[in-house]
Amino acid sequence: MGLIEVGIAAAKAFAVLMLVLHMSAILLWVERKGSALIQDRIGANRANIFGVMPFNFGLINTLIADPLKLITKEDVVPAGADKFLHFLAPFLAVFPVMVTFAAVPFGDQLVIGDYTINLQVAALDIGILYVLAMSSLAVYGVVLGGWASNSRWALLGGIRGSAQMISYEIAMGLALIGAVMTFGTLDMQAIARAQGHHFFGLIPAWGVIYQPLGFLIFLIAGIAETKRVPFDLPEGESELISGYFTEYSGMKQAAFMLSDFAESVVVAGLVTTLFFGAWQVPFLFRDGFHLPGGAIVALPHLLVVALQIAAFTLKVFFFCVFQILVRWTLPRYRYDQVMDLGWKYLLPLALANMLVTGVVIVLLG
Amino acid sequence: MIVPTEWVLMLSAVLFAIGVVGVLVRRNVIVIFMAIELMLNAVNLSFVALARAKGAVDGQVVVFFVMTVAAAEAAVGLAIIIASFRNRTTVNADELALLRG
Amino acid sequence: MGAALFLVLAVLTVAAALGVVLHPNPVKSALFLVVTLFLLAVVFVLLEAHMIAALQIIVYAGAIMVLFLFVIMLLNLQIDDPERGRRRLVLRGLAWAGGILLAVELAVLTRGAPVGDVGTAPAGYGGAEAVAKSLFTDFLLPFELTSILLLVAVVGAVVLAQKQRRPTIS
Repeated sequence: MGLIEVGIAAAKAFAVLMLVLHMSAILLWVERKGSALIQDRIGANRANIFGVMPFNFGLINTLIADPLKLITKEDVVPAGADKFLHFLAPFLAVFPVMVTFAAVPFGDQLVIGDYTINLQVAALDIGILYVLAMSSLAVYGVVLGGWASNSRWALLGGIRGSAQMISYEIAMGLALIGAVMTFGTLDMQAIARAQGHHFFGLIPAWGVIYQPLGFLIFLIAGIAETKRVPFDLPEGESELISGYFTEYSGMKQAAFMLSDFAESVVVAGLVTTLFFGAWQVPFLFRDGFHLPGGAIVALPHLLVVALQIAAFTLKVFFFCVFQILVRWTLPRYRYDQVMDLGWKYLLPLALANMLVTGVVIVLLG
Repeated sequence: MIVPTEWVLMLSAVLFAIGVVGVLVRRNVIVIFMAIELMLNAVNLSFVALARAKGAVDGQVVVFFVMTVAAAEAAVGLAIIIASFRNRTTVNADELALLRG
Repeated sequence: MGAALFLVLAVLTVAAALGVVLHPNPVKSALFLVVTLFLLAVVFVLLEAHMIAALQIIVYAGAIMVLFLFVIMLLNLQIDDPERGRRRLVLRGLAWAGGILLAVELAVLTRGAPVGDVGTAPAGYGGAEAVAKSLFTDFLLPFELTSILLLVAVVGAVVLAQKQRRPTIS
């Protein structure tokens, strides 16, 4: 392992980490201002610099004032709480989410001199299994956060949250199997590359065309995994104060909120990679645009790579904004409705999807 | 990266012995259960190491089955513990001695 | 380099396993077991069993241990603490027993180590395709039986953990 390879791997990991963190910060702002727009109010306009508030965008409030407040707040550990577990839970909530993004490809390949850099942090043969493994580790943050707080509401929120998460993991995994059967591989970069051709020369062969039901099931199960509204009973804000992170203040609460947004970025990233062609731009191949009329627009390599990374980022952002819109539109599900949806509707639908996909694959050869 | 198989088998033996001591020493039924899981994992490690030594995936398939059966056993065992806890409110194995003659 | 990495992992795994068995608090024991399972998954990756490593985390560390934690939390178990003096004696006796067991195992292993040179694994070894091919051809019957076993386990667990219904007087 030469020094250059190590440097490239570190640079990729850093780039992905920055992508996730910055996207979370931007989404926080989009959530505050977007929810204000939807609810016909101004929102996030309390903080200003010397009385000057630029255009009412709410940027100072969200991006400067809130983080400063969270960093400088006192860290309160409730009496009787298990100190070590209280300290560990936010870490366990954030870590698996960040690590999942290692298997997601954010571009095709970058050729610099002699080096062909695969734009994916970890080129795993079992990429999708790895993603499932990391999302099953995310349950521990919720369970331990609820337990370590030594408080009734937190424990209730923790139990609800973890039961919901493990129920929807099943539907998520089964929906993924449909996509795996279609593309025939667990490697996410191979799946991304397989979505490059076009039907009839016009329609890009993205996963959603092969697996529309699988996409819907995965999206719903993913939103349930991130515990966002309409599935946000674990942090039921009107019942449980803050559910499993009630007793957390300061940076630990910031860690939980970060894990919320980072999880929604991860779900958006997975949906994009499996069902919407990851970094594929319609008609863009490695050497330039191959337009349907037959015209070829040649582009330099770096521009192609930049376009692909931009396309990936835009698609992920679109799905995150979609999740935010869903949050501020739908009311919250009752707990038995959540469990019913996961076990009685999504699970049989995912199984049926798997069956139909298998039959179609065998019939079409 | 090649790992010497004997070392892996020795690690498996150590973990198994720790599991046995756990089952015999601890009085909390759930910790006994966890020590049993530790023993099962030690055996899984042996299987994987020997499968690698032989170059055949059969050992890994056996590990697959061990994991599945362990999951089923954990579910039923914990349900039994919950049911008996409801009656006796204790998880001390010394006190769950109704069948003692 | 693989051997050095394995030594580090082995030391950590044994430490975590000792934590499982020796720690008085059952929640911490469960967390130590999660760490042990995670470290074992890393060892599996070192032994090129990638699919089994992923399954270990998904099934064992991600589902079974969550079940354990649920039960421990819902039962709100007190810390395990029988009489102190007698316990030390039992502990010492059984530690000797464990040590003797270990010595016997190690003696058997080092004498008749069944494997020679390992060599490189065949292509695709340990990947999902190889394991699945073997699972669905050579091991099809155990596979189907295991699915029935899981069904029985699910039904049994639900029935056993139900609240008792008071018998109605007719």
